[in-house]
Amino acid sequence: MLSRVGRISIARIQSGAALLLMVGALSVMTRTFLTPDNAWNILRQVSVNLCLSIGMTLIILTGGIDVSVGAVLGIAGAVAAGLLKFGVAATTWGIKLEFTAAGAVVGGIGIGILLGLCNGVVIARLRLPPFVATLAMLSIARGLTLLWTGGFPITGLGPTFGFIGTGAWWGVPMPVWEVGFLAIAASVICARTAFGRHLYAVGGSERAARLSGLSIHKIKIAVYGIGGGLSGIGGLIVTARLDSAQPTAGLGYELDSIAAVVIGGASLSGGRGSIMGTVLGCLIIGVLNNGLFLLDVSPFWQQVVKGLVILIAVALDRLGERRAHPA
Amino acid sequence: MDGVPSVLEVRKVSKQFPGVRALQEVSLRLEAGDVLVLLGQNGAGKSTLMNILAGVFSPDGGGVFLNGSAIALTSPSDANAHGIATIFQELSLTPNLTVAENIFLGREPRTRFGFVDYERMNQDAKTLLARMESSIAPQTLVGSLRVGQQQVVEIARALSVNARFLIMDEPTAAMSQLETRALLHLIVDLKHAGVGIIYITHRFEELADVGDHMAILRDGKLVGEASMGALSHEAIVRLMVGHEPASTYGDRGRRVPGPEVFRVERASLAHPSRQGELVIRDVNIHAARGEIVGIFGLMGAGRTELLETVFGMHSGRANGRLFIDGKAVRCDSPTQAIAAGLALAPEDRKRDGLVLELGSRANASLVSLRKAQCCGLLSRKREAALVEPLLQRFSLRATSLDEPVRTLSGGNQQKVILAKWLVNMAKVLLLDEPTRGIDIDSKNEIYKLIGQLADNGLAVIMVSSELPEILALSDRIVVMCEGRKTAELLRADATAEVLMRAALPRSAATDLTC
Repeated sequence: MLSRVGRISIARIQSGAALLLMVGALSVMTRTFLTPDNAWNILRQVSVNLCLSIGMTLIILTGGIDVSVGAVLGIAGAVAAGLLKFGVAATTWGIKLEFTAAGAVVGGIGIGILLGLCNGVVIARLRLPPFVATLAMLSIARGLTLLWTGGFPITGLGPTFGFIGTGAWWGVPMPVWEVGFLAIAASVICARTAFGRHLYAVGGSERAARLSGLSIHKIKIAVYGIGGGLSGIGGLIVTARLDSAQPTAGLGYELDSIAAVVIGGASLSGGRGSIMGTVLGCLIIGVLNNGLFLLDVSPFWQQVVKGLVILIAVALDRLGERRAHPA
Repeated sequence: MDGVPSVLEVRKVSKQFPGVRALQEVSLRLEAGDVLVLLGQNGAGKSTLMNILAGVFSPDGGGVFLNGSAIALTSPSDANAHGIATIFQELSLTPNLTVAENIFLGREPRTRFGFVDYERMNQDAKTLLARMESSIAPQTLVGSLRVGQQQVVEIARALSVNARFLIMDEPTAAMSQLETRALLHLIVDLKHAGVGIIYITHRFEELADVGDHMAILRDGKLVGEASMGALSHEAIVRLMVGHEPASTYGDRGRRVPGPEVFRVERASLAHPSRQGELVIRDVNIHAARGEIVGIFGLMGAGRTELLETVFGMHSGRANGRLFIDGKAVRCDSPTQAIAAGLALAPEDRKRDGLVLELGSRANASLVSLRKAQCCGLLSRKREAALVEPLLQRFSLRATSLDEPVRTLSGGNQQKVILAKWLVNMAKVLLLDEPTRGIDIDSKNEIYKLIGQLADNGLAVIMVSSELPEILALSDRIVVMCEGRKTAELLRADATAEVLMRAALPRSAATDLTC
């Protein structure tokens, strides 16, 4: 059966099998891999990438791309940390606003959403290619982060804020709860809401979507806004876990995020992909990183291997596609 | 070059496509220095013949002969090697290269060191263009040229490979009158230089002084051949349309139309790039509940553009007023058009009508997802209840409703599109070439469906370039030509000949003098 659901599950079966294979091999090859500690460790590490990748999936579904996720993650963490630690001084009125942890969280996510919306407006209204628009945003957000922090880390944020990244509930680390909840929500949005259906339609055929009365602009602006918000949440998690906002946080994260979405079976030209696939993609990358580390493979080789895995995953997907629909 | 080819012949060429016999034993002869004007309705087989001569399609039967000996044309480069150059309507130029680079693409003159010899290339291009009385600078980027000028560049490229035979498809369709006149001069020059030309057109009167022979195709067969001027306009029209088609689709019978639901007044559309020119000029159209209004026109008549304009797709360049149920309606976007009760089934179903990766169910519910929701979430049950009865009524054939619509046949794809609009309770259905690329059996099914929809109270505006289709389905027929409404008749008063006469551009002579 060649149904959409069917084909996605082919990609999903492939990545699921690859994941099981890796887990099996690593359990045999190392003594440390198959331990609860290591499992939580992997999930904690995966959660930040997954957070970014959820937004990236929605964006890629519409046929777009966002390379600014890492930079937006950086600025969101820095803004939250700055608000919490120093507040904002409104010199003209001689008052100083101080922020609680909750206020800092809102500020961090808010800046993420704001920058994401900027991406969306530039892409939808000015019709810039998403790659270019978000590449510009990458640079702008990095620069703003350095301006905001003066190039120094902001540390000592306190236990309340730190709970976001280091806390646990019922033995499960907070980041896993948070991102797990987001993944389920996004999955429901994709599969069970009109907005989700619209994402597939816009990515599948923008012209047909427009002629069916969808407002392409609103959909695009919304999806980049959501992506920005999720990058913001990622920034909070990273900052809380380290108890410090590094001005260079999130450097290069966009690559792992795009890789996870692609390994998860999404098509970069839009209209095809799923959150479940992306979750698998993130787990594969996470297990791979962790396994290579445990196997004592040099970090230099780790990057090479990751690149090869991306190539193989996408090539297999294409091959299956071609067999299903000979051109 | 020894033995310069002088006679190009096609002998008993046939070509079959799934469900269509595009060409049946067509024979034509073209001598060096002759201009053969090829006429025919849309779908008569002109493009197929052209594609065979260009080496794009190979014939199922018969062959192409050069000076009496058969030649194999299995690729466009074969055709070029034999001195046959084809200029398609969709030009094949690279917009980001210069005129000279385009003309010599793949055959760039080299310097001693292997670099491109730009000086010589530009000089050669200039000479070629001068031969065509064109003042286009060889260093201009092709993308910045108007379509008519690009056509000139295409011809220059053909000349640069020493084409002895040139095939042109409606070259003047996108040209201004000045450019048309220059092209006609050029054709005369090429004739004198011994180039044989096949010229496909609807505006055959433009070529009255230039053409030598004309050949008329209908339904893939050669139905007439004559010297230019030997046939009257009437006779040509009669040959093009043939006999009154026996209504294979069953007459819809006469019905009393209901109250008017749709009226467009003075619809106009400006040309996207040429200032002051109109693609559509002051067209009025109205339709009543239960009425099928057919819009007939040849390529370039502005039919598709008219539907798109009504549907709010060109709000920046469009003018005119739309009334639904007698009330004036603003319609600056498809979203507004849909809200007003309009629906569009576009000509290019795969590009504009469907999201190919989604299944039939998701495509059919795309416009009305709001109705499939339950507390903010899509309910599979509601979506199915909304869509499936219709798809069943249309007897959609698909292995599953989740199967990507890409894998469906053209007829089934059209059913999904129609279902999409009926789910949304459209009042007025705009159909653009509803059966293009659909095989005969499915065609009849679609016709029946359209008839039923009208009987159920929908107003249908149907654009088609197929006379039988227009005559079989319409209650009233509007004919368009070059952006204008040139006739409006009741079905009872319409014959194929009357429609074709109104659809053919008026005499080129009057065009050229104004």
